[in-house]
Amino acid sequence: MATRRVPLVLLACGSFNPITNQHMRLFELARDHMHSTGQYQVVGGIVSPVSDGYGKQGLVLAKHRIAMAKLALQSSDWVKVDEWESQQPDWTETVVTMRYHYGRILEQFEQRTVTHVDSTTPLSSPSPQLKLLCGADFLDTFKIPGLWRDDHVQEVAGRFGFVCVSRGGLEPERVVHESDTLSRHSQNIFLVREWVKNETSATEVRRALRRGLSVKYLIPDSVIEYIHQHNLYTEDSERRNEGTVLRPLAKQAQQPVKSLDD
Amino acid sequence: MEGQSVTKVVLLSCGSFNPITNMHLRMFELARDHLEDTGQYKVVKGIISPVGDGYKKKGLIDAYHRQEMAKLATENSDWITVDAWESLQPVWVETVKVVRHHYHEMLAAEQKNDDVDTVKYAKKRRIEGNYFEDSSHDKRRGGPQLMLLCGADILESFGIPNLWKQDDIAEIVGRYGLVCITRSGNDPHKCIHQSEILWKYRKNIQVVQEWVTNEISATHVRRALRRGRSVRYLLPDAVVHYIQEHDLYSAESEQKNADVVLAPLQKYTGASSS
Repeated sequence: MATRRVPLVLLACGSFNPITNQHMRLFELARDHMHSTGQYQVVGGIVSPVSDGYGKQGLVLAKHRIAMAKLALQSSDWVKVDEWESQQPDWTETVVTMRYHYGRILEQFEQRTVTHVDSTTPLSSPSPQLKLLCGADFLDTFKIPGLWRDDHVQEVAGRFGFVCVSRGGLEPERVVHESDTLSRHSQNIFLVREWVKNETSATEVRRALRRGLSVKYLIPDSVIEYIHQHNLYTEDSERRNEGTVLRPLAKQAQQPVKSLDD
Repeated sequence: MEGQSVTKVVLLSCGSFNPITNMHLRMFELARDHLEDTGQYKVVKGIISPVGDGYKKKGLIDAYHRQEMAKLATENSDWITVDAWESLQPVWVETVKVVRHHYHEMLAAEQKNDDVDTVKYAKKRRIEGNYFEDSSHDKRRGGPQLMLLCGADILESFGIPNLWKQDDIAEIVGRYGLVCITRSGNDPHKCIHQSEILWKYRKNIQVVQEWVTNEISATHVRRALRRGRSVRYLLPDAVVHYIQEHDLYSAESEQKNADVVLAPLQKYTGASSS
């Protein structure tokens, strides 16, 4: 009997400040790649914009980033925007967001299995999986001191897995190689080569907007309209959170060092 | 008192557009921003001119489809248009001829606008009328200019033997002007430096640096399509749908003209198609 493909959902966490064509490209590339392994069936994509509590410089209000992502994904039949993370009172660790979404995916899967089980069901469908979709630059952040908790990296890599799209000169293979944790779970890390060099970044888009330059064909027209309507992305908006410590760094620094409690 | 007037510019982009991509469209936006930033120009129109089937490039699908896709791609632009003149010609047309054609169209349109003016401008018009015959006045301030928009690869292609006639290059760059979009890795300045013609007319060559590398090549897009991969967000959605609807771009379509000599090479070397 042929093995059935594992249902797979791809989750992308990030600022989406603003969402760009390149973000949406990641989903397309990842889906094609995972399908071509023969082992997966990508059943959904989730864009999860980070909450305002993240404290990153230049981060505009979550409500705008959500609205723009929704506009951008209007025409997509498989990728959706999710507001849960942005609605949490404080910044949420990636692993927490993943646990939340995985729980929901399992619930939906179990409900569907219950309603469809009958005597002709051969094998039960494999359990669905959730993987984190990201660019190589994201993987590279694991080595920034204090940004990630080791046990979290372990859980994301070991329990869930990554689909990582290469970007610019960054070699994700090298990033994996240089990390013991990631290397240990390399079979859970899918590296997708993006042959089309496309350095469209939200940072560049914001820069162009500040300077009154065109961003047409880098982000969807509907998002451009929204930005102009609400006058987002100015020199002022880029100074937001200037001098603030990024929330993950502040939070990690507050963790009690266990050994001192002994 | 008349202040410094700004030169009106029309940007013309010639190419296969096989298919048109977001990168092609970006080039127009980058060029316009750059020219207007100098304070000397006002870009009023962009023209996409897909090459005719007579070009005989490998993998070149019917001009009809390439036209349609370009039209779909520019639906949402208020200044970029598609022109079918070149693609409708029975044989391949040298770029310089396409430039001349569009330059005259542009002047004719200007003339029509001027005709709407009242009588008191008649004298001014009569004087200007003579200027259009003299190429040295084409670039006088105020007179509209047509510039060829291209990537650095075109500039580099000027050096390929038998691909371009030297006179044509001289006319395109000398009489009209070039806007060249470049990215890191190319060195258009070196290219200009190493060519006598380009060096002579270097003042007519605007080099626009593309800081955000965006290498969406049509070749890559066709390859992805052949392999059943997604090209969404590399091209406008309407173009992606069109391609799917008409099932363009397969291994077969890529073989078109495989054993035929490219038209310009045929023409300049007298090589015949096999």
